[in-house]
Amino acid sequence: MMNKTTNEVLLQVENLQVSFFTPKGEVKAVNDIHYTLHYNEIMGIVGESGSGKTVEAFTLMGLLAPNGKIKEGRALFEGRDLLKFSEKEYINFRGKEAGIIFQNPMTSLNPVYTIGKQLKEVLFLHNKKIQKSEAEARVLDMLRQVGINQPEKRMKQYPHELSGGMRQRIMIAMGIINHPKLLIADEPTTALDVTIQAQILDLIRNIQKKTGMAVIFITHNLGVVAEICDKVTVMYAGHIVEQGKVRDVFYYTRHPYTRGLLESMPSLLTDTKEPLAMIQGSPVNLLELPEGCPFADRCKHCMEKCKRQKPPQTQFEEGHIAYCWLNHR
Amino acid sequence: MVKYIGKRMASLIVVILGVILIIYLIMYLLPGDVTQFILGTNYTEEGAESLRESLGLNRPFIIQYIHYVWGLLHGDFGISYVSKMPVRVQLFSRFPNTLILVSCSMILCVALSIPMGIYSAVKPKTFLSNLIQGLGMIGIALPSFWLGLMLILLFSVKLSWLPSLGSVSLKGIILPSITLCVSFMASTMRMMRSSMLEVLNQDYIRTARAKGANFREIIYHHAMKNSMLPVITMIGMNIGSQMGGSVLTESVFSYPGVGLLLMNSIASRDTPTILGCLVLMALSIGICNLVVDILMLYIDPRLKTLIIKGIG
Repeated sequence: MMNKTTNEVLLQVENLQVSFFTPKGEVKAVNDIHYTLHYNEIMGIVGESGSGKTVEAFTLMGLLAPNGKIKEGRALFEGRDLLKFSEKEYINFRGKEAGIIFQNPMTSLNPVYTIGKQLKEVLFLHNKKIQKSEAEARVLDMLRQVGINQPEKRMKQYPHELSGGMRQRIMIAMGIINHPKLLIADEPTTALDVTIQAQILDLIRNIQKKTGMAVIFITHNLGVVAEICDKVTVMYAGHIVEQGKVRDVFYYTRHPYTRGLLESMPSLLTDTKEPLAMIQGSPVNLLELPEGCPFADRCKHCMEKCKRQKPPQTQFEEGHIAYCWLNHR
Repeated sequence: MVKYIGKRMASLIVVILGVILIIYLIMYLLPGDVTQFILGTNYTEEGAESLRESLGLNRPFIIQYIHYVWGLLHGDFGISYVSKMPVRVQLFSRFPNTLILVSCSMILCVALSIPMGIYSAVKPKTFLSNLIQGLGMIGIALPSFWLGLMLILLFSVKLSWLPSLGSVSLKGIILPSITLCVSFMASTMRMMRSSMLEVLNQDYIRTARAKGANFREIIYHHAMKNSMLPVITMIGMNIGSQMGGSVLTESVFSYPGVGLLLMNSIASRDTPTILGCLVLMALSIGICNLVVDILMLYIDPRLKTLIIKGIG
């Protein structure tokens, strides 16, 4: 179990650039991403589909598709650069030091093996000497922790016999059974219905509090971010547009894109007769990223400068940064 | 589960009866007079008439059919017109030979095609994989009788390593087995490859990687069982159809199996033997499919649930 305090750095990502090489050309999926993650911290990564949030997470886990290439950057995990890991180092890293939960629990479990077998496998993969009975006990304990009722029975069941919410709990159990220091949750609630979503969020937060691990929570739902994250990185077209403590980003928003996302969230106070606010236009083509600010084409406040030059980083309160020319007037 | 198997067996019986009906009808409608073949040069009107009487050929079709099925239920396949031996005896003497041939060719096929399919799925852009793919295409395209003849030409005539006549012996079975298995091997290999490729793209393979499983574990543990499902069905069906005798291969090598018996009895219009061979064929296909279906229940847990829910 970890006894690290919040101010110790677990993961430091610097200047990360990832591209996919497709027949149509180079797709720049992640451009110059950087952040620092401490123990005990939950960081949200928010953005619309195709903003590079999943690619970023898969890169850290070494799960990039074969046509994806890391062009630049470092990702220091307790001082070791993940991006320089060999496949063998990654095999020891994944499932032990870092776990990941995927978006779709319905298809993420192997249909022909029992839940118990799939969970025990994570233990055996990282500890050859573990006794069968001990593994069994730990799996049962883990299942109880993630709120699975009748764990003895569930262990003998196959994935198709469980509901989506239960399968996502199994995935969470699988991700944290070896007490990782980092858990990446890639839109873990997107495929679930709303009541189950809330339960899964609670579960992740409680486990995080208990174990002190760090969590990267990828989502497109700002409500979820407000609920469980300590800080947040807002991404657009593979770029960071704004980053900071959740409170700072939500109340002192410094980027028009973040503001657009916040405004397009319905609340109980929203006038239902008015159409919901939205960000005009559609996401930029990653094959032809503009020279200037990637958001320029859709931005209400777009200036001449925005189209020509990439906006520089502006620092506000501690850790709160944004990339927008508006902050440089 | 037992109920399901019972249901499947009952439907198998219905299918077999239907198949026999169709075969019997075709044989009945076939032009030409059987008595001419049997009597040959001794043919006279009266002789033919009394022969028809004794063979029961002048009775109505449906009576003949019921009579035949009734006989089958008692293990009586009728008497061969040509050899005057019970068809059952003929079939029983030939069937083991076909069984041995099919087993040899299937073992060869599975032992080669599955590793090749997996390899070409896992390492898709290597020279060896392209070679396997190319051979697979050729294997599917080659007609088996031609391949058989070419093998005889090379190994029996040119090199005189192996006999050109097939027989139930170590040497005599090599060429027929190869001939029989090539085209099926190619299709099994391609099925294995495409199935493996599909499985490797599934989310649960990514989950396995995220757990820290290495390449071998992912292929042999997580992907293997899933990708074998369609392949097993295919192999099972093929065993079934080959057990009824592989007419082409057995004719080319004069291998004493059910297929050759069928060929010869068609040539001599020996209706009871033809019928016997075809019924045996239908039975073996039906039984093999049943066995595969039951086997699949134990490999794929999802099917069991479907059946319990009553959808299967």
